Amino acid sequence: MSNHAQPLPAKITTGVPTGRLGIWWFLAGETVIFGGLIVCYVLLRLHHPEWAEHAAHTSWIVGGINTLVLLTSSLTMVQAFKAVTEGKTQRAVGLLGVTWLLGLAFLVIKVFEYTHEIHGGYTILANLFWSFYYLMTGLHALHIIGGLVAIAVVMVRARKGKDLQRVEYVGLYWHLVDVVWIFLYPLLYIAS
Amino acid sequence: MEPSFLRKYVFSVDHKMIAKQYMITGLVMAVLGGYLAYVFRVQLAWPGESVPGFGPVGENVYNALVTMHGTIMVFWVAMPILLAGFGNLLIPLMIGTDDMAFPRLNMVSYWTFLVSSLLLVASFMVPGGAAAMGWTFYPPLSARAEFTGVIWGGHLWILAVALEFASMLMGGINFLTTVVNRRAPGLTMFRLPLMIWMLISASVLFMFSVGPLIAGAFMLLLDRTVGTGFFMPEAGGDPLLFQHLFWFFGHPEVYVILLPGLGVVTEVLPVSSRKTIFGYRAIVYSTIVAGLLSFVVWAHHQFISGINPNLALPFSITTILISVPFAVFLFCCIATLWRGSIRFTTAMLFAIAVIAEFLLGGVTGIVNGSAAADIYMHDTYFVVAHFHYTLFQAVILAMFGGIYHWFPKMFGRMMNEGLGLAHFGLTIVFFNLTFLPQFALGFRGHHRRIANPESFDWLADMQGLNVLSTIGSIGLLLAQIPFVINFFHSMFAGKQAGRNPWQATTLEWITPSPPGHGNFEEAPVVYRGPYVYSPPDSEKDWRPQHLPAGLEGTETAP
Amino acid sequence: MLSWLPENVSSYGSDMDSLLRLILYIVGVWFVLAEVVLIGLLVVYRKKPGKRAAWVPGSNLKQLSWVLLPCVVILGLDLAIEAAGAPVWHTIKQTLPDPDLTVRVSGKQFAWDFTHPGEDGQLDTDDDIKSEFDLYVPVDSVVQFELVSEDVIHSFWLPHLRLKQDVVPGRSIKGWFEVTKEGIYPIACAELCGIGHTTMGARLHVQSLEEHRIWVQSQEPLDEFWEE
Repeated sequence: MSNHAQPLPAKITTGVPTGRLGIWWFLAGETVIFGGLIVCYVLLRLHHPEWAEHAAHTSWIVGGINTLVLLTSSLTMVQAFKAVTEGKTQRAVGLLGVTWLLGLAFLVIKVFEYTHEIHGGYTILANLFWSFYYLMTGLHALHIIGGLVAIAVVMVRARKGKDLQRVEYVGLYWHLVDVVWIFLYPLLYIAS
Repeated sequence: MEPSFLRKYVFSVDHKMIAKQYMITGLVMAVLGGYLAYVFRVQLAWPGESVPGFGPVGENVYNALVTMHGTIMVFWVAMPILLAGFGNLLIPLMIGTDDMAFPRLNMVSYWTFLVSSLLLVASFMVPGGAAAMGWTFYPPLSARAEFTGVIWGGHLWILAVALEFASMLMGGINFLTTVVNRRAPGLTMFRLPLMIWMLISASVLFMFSVGPLIAGAFMLLLDRTVGTGFFMPEAGGDPLLFQHLFWFFGHPEVYVILLPGLGVVTEVLPVSSRKTIFGYRAIVYSTIVAGLLSFVVWAHHQFISGINPNLALPFSITTILISVPFAVFLFCCIATLWRGSIRFTTAMLFAIAVIAEFLLGGVTGIVNGSAAADIYMHDTYFVVAHFHYTLFQAVILAMFGGIYHWFPKMFGRMMNEGLGLAHFGLTIVFFNLTFLPQFALGFRGHHRRIANPESFDWLADMQGLNVLSTIGSIGLLLAQIPFVINFFHSMFAGKQAGRNPWQATTLEWITPSPPGHGNFEEAPVVYRGPYVYSPPDSEKDWRPQHLPAGLEGTETAP
Repeated sequence: MLSWLPENVSSYGSDMDSLLRLILYIVGVWFVLAEVVLIGLLVVYRKKPGKRAAWVPGSNLKQLSWVLLPCVVILGLDLAIEAAGAPVWHTIKQTLPDPDLTVRVSGKQFAWDFTHPGEDGQLDTDDDIKSEFDLYVPVDSVVQFELVSEDVIHSFWLPHLRLKQDVVPGRSIKGWFEVTKEGIYPIACAELCGIGHTTMGARLHVQSLEEHRIWVQSQEPLDEFWEE
């Protein structure tokens, strides 16, 4: 039984801001979703060596360009966060804008890529490899779209100097989307 | 400034209102789920006869009834009432704070849930009817509409479940961040009420298990709508993949809906026996162990499904090992009663019944957990009886226990104990009448999801047990009438409850009943653990968490 | 409980039934014990005037041992149950004894199709005997089956043989049984397979060796059948 009085902090917390904790939990959930999907793909791929031949028709060049685009956008996102910590709000907003444009570029390249593949007969129904390809990259692209919405919302508030902590949170989300792509690119474009 | 009606009751960000919204939606869905069970139980007892209040039950209708009953009970009754409902109500109150960490996200999570409920109910009314593939939704049956004739019913089912998952994930973020970062000063993790430990364990389990199934849901939806072949062998896919994805989630999920109910028991037992919980840390550690183990038992649902038979023994061992942490938990609860001074309030009766009935569910789980025994028992009524003896207690009985216990806090009035006793007695009698015969039916080999047992000669002499079970289920539904009367009558005309009618020690009992917006008139500070009842150094038989040492006798009296 | 089991006519059925009996006794004893203790405590420690509850937090090992020791026993019994079950699982699911007869069982919405070997004793030859609904095997013979599905998942369920095996499209799942008594036994489908699941069933005919031989000879091979 413990009822000894002791000097106490004002509030019990972990020391981690609640918003950051919330984002980490959200990202953990997302990791399990994408992780599950990727594991399914890997297991089926190991079972179907003939998919290597199908995978040869994804363009590692286009995918590579998109990888560079996304990595660069993560870099600009990190710099935006750094600008916030240094108090340079307008610089942060500018860098968020660049990140947003790079994200948009990723999607535009993706649209061209999909169009080309569909015209080539590589539709979602072509075979199970392509079904996975469209599901995985499509789900990823949806997350990019969501990220663009989030970045825009954060930018609007940040221009007025408000809710600057959200730059970090949307940055963490953006990095997850980047990391997922780092897994998808080799699995779908390179491995053969 | 008094908020508008819409802001206060409909678009509320207050955790207590959101809790009520979840619970009311869950209770409405429970009525629907119970009605579906009534219909198919009557069909089972008297096959081919038109069911009063429904009509004749054709085979595909039967399949839809059992599918939707299971789906509704797990996702639209257990989750919103036990996890989202009690969680939203109790977390801020028990940790001494004013609301959840993200109140607007909380509101969005409820509205997402409501939309998911509407989608599910809509699935009854589309051409082709509601989903009829079992709540387990195995492909290929579920992957191609031509196998069942169900088209939109299946699509809507998947969408509804996906939205429900999203809603609970959002809720989980709130639960976890709030408990971790918003506790009152002095409220260390090991001074938390066990209900909070159960709620956050459940949230963590849910969050880490649902991901692969969400992936699987996308795959299945694509198979159904677009014609991909993720689960179709002719396309290179594998039906068993879905089963793994489903049960990797499905097993932790049953603990997600079990733990909050056990949490209700751990709250009611000390209050009603005026004795501290036995083995607080043992309970916490065994809960964590059970949670971890729950991630490595899933294939016990698939022993004879066509998986490699060499996998059966490892999964059988992990499954049977899970009985140990749960045994620790239950025995600690029972040990709490030893040398207590027990008051048999209605809440306490339900809490005790959870333990007493769950024990039967638990031991029958051992039968199913042995892979060899499961060769016989799989897909028979033995399994149905097993999971109702666990889930009904963890969800329904615990829900009633929680409602009877916290109703005075939520509404400021006491419920009627006489009606409560009647509700309790009738529910227990009819529950056992419904499900005990099903163990026998399982031993006979009565398999699941068949609309007409009389089409099998070898089951003919057991049909009487089906009738008995149905009579039990009708009685079980009628037994809820005293509760409904009690609930609504007490809400308006019950005796005034005061702040702490049970003389309980945890923080929620400090606030007014019902608590106002912001909950606590002054921010509480915590000095001790949550269950200091009958401490040896005091004449009083309780010492609340928030009273500084040496202060007695100033707690609010009823 | 065990009396509700249907008659066992399978060579491994008695092993299964013994296992079920063992598990039921072990868990039954624990269940009764736990309930007796629970109800006993409720009666003995109900609120009585002047009597106060004790302070027993279960925070030291001495107190906790009252819970932990029974749990250690339970752990031991759990492992014993596993040890008892493993050989039964091994026999039924992990072995394929040399067959006296091999049959193919094909599940479809909503019937069972059986392919028996003809007089040559081989499957997938011209003299195979196909039937829907009726499976014919000789008594006291090891029958190996190959399970296939034409559409969705079904489950091959023979309660009197204590045998159940899911039938999965895209896979050919092998198993075996040996029936110890002549007679006709029900076959059902134990996995929800659609609108006809309720009535999907078949019959296992277990004949004497002589009767089975006569049955095989009297069946028209498929190619002659189609010529008529």
